[in-house]
Amino acid sequence: MTEVKERKLSFFAFGRKERRLVTEPINDTNPITVQILGVCSALAVTSLMWPSIVMSIAVLFVVAFSSFFTSLLRNYIPSQVRMIVQLVIIAFLVTVVELFLKAYSFPVWKQLSVFIGLIITNCIPMGRLEAYAMANSPWKSFLDGVGNSLGYGIILIVISFIRELLGKGSLMAGSPLEVKLIGNSSAYLINTSEVSWLNWYSNNNLMSLPVAAMFILAIIIWIQRSSNRKLINIS
Amino acid sequence: MLDFFNTFIKSAFIENMILSYFLGMCSYLAVSKSVKTATGLGLAVIFVQGITIPVNWLISEYLLVETGIFGIDLTFLRFILFIAVIASMVQLVEMVVEKVSPALYNSLGIFLPLITVNCAILGGSLFMISREYNFPNAVAFGLGGGMGWALAIIAIAAIREKIRYSNIPAPLQGLGIAFIITGLMGMAFMSLMGIDPAAFFKY
Repeated sequence: MTEVKERKLSFFAFGRKERRLVTEPINDTNPITVQILGVCSALAVTSLMWPSIVMSIAVLFVVAFSSFFTSLLRNYIPSQVRMIVQLVIIAFLVTVVELFLKAYSFPVWKQLSVFIGLIITNCIPMGRLEAYAMANSPWKSFLDGVGNSLGYGIILIVISFIRELLGKGSLMAGSPLEVKLIGNSSAYLINTSEVSWLNWYSNNNLMSLPVAAMFILAIIIWIQRSSNRKLINIS
Repeated sequence: MLDFFNTFIKSAFIENMILSYFLGMCSYLAVSKSVKTATGLGLAVIFVQGITIPVNWLISEYLLVETGIFGIDLTFLRFILFIAVIASMVQLVEMVVEKVSPALYNSLGIFLPLITVNCAILGGSLFMISREYNFPNAVAFGLGGGMGWALAIIAIAAIREKIRYSNIPAPLQGLGIAFIITGLMGMAFMSLMGIDPAAFFKY
């Protein structure tokens, strides 16, 4: 009886090993800058901050739960058809997310357009399912999914912060949490005519274009690898 | 006919899959180390893209809408059906290529099955839906999008072969410099943005 109780406790255990599953992908094995997973949709949504935060939450939901369910089913999936089973699980979760966003946050859904659907072929869910969830217990796979999507989300938020601030002069435009720091116009942090000491700044249109994301990501990789030298020889 | 060429040129050069939408970046970065394999993957993508987009157009037009065969709104099945079509088409293409041309099959190797999870393929189908193309436009978009993707991956593979022995700062080597090159290529392609493809066919 006590053995069963112990096992039940250890199912949801959160010790040092589990904490490492969550924290490691944020720097050492970051999905975008180290594993090169999920770059596709990561860059295209980052011109504004709010859509990229929503996108990160959607990815968190999909990756965590697809890892969990795949790991539950891992002993029953024949290895020849495992790709199709994984794709169906991911596609189901993505459909749930898409319908939810369409119902509760229509403007964001419209902004993200096809990129919510592209979470299916985003390499993060598939990569983590293949590399981790097919060989580990459900709770650990769940935490691994959470950690990896946190690493993904941090890169997304950093890129979109720089791009929105320099490209549009605003922060979190269009969201309920819109930052109101200067003047009456809430959408513009800098480049507002009401604030005379900041009106020298004119928006840098290059930052709103897709290519800016490439350069910013390259600089992030450069900084990360300079401070974390053991990552240098990866790919 | 004019519409067809218009969409083709637009999707291949102006709205390039990689350089302006970042679709298919994973395989783009992983397989662009030599021109030969990049060409093989590019050809396979043109092939699969050219087939799956028209097929998915037919499916969404005749099966999933309320006026279709089943008479009920099935659009919530879109993702699952599209990915199933792509997976089975890739399987089919693989079998056909193996029968018809074993040489090409051997040179493509692992890249054929990998196309299933290439974002550019599913992305193409979803763009086709959100832009509401008609059938000829969908065919042109499939071929043009695939060709633009192939063009970009062959170009970066050639550049990466050239800079292999260049003196790049160690933390920037590999992934970092690949992103910077892609950004510069994207800026070069942006100069095509002002072009109106219809102007070519006016005379």
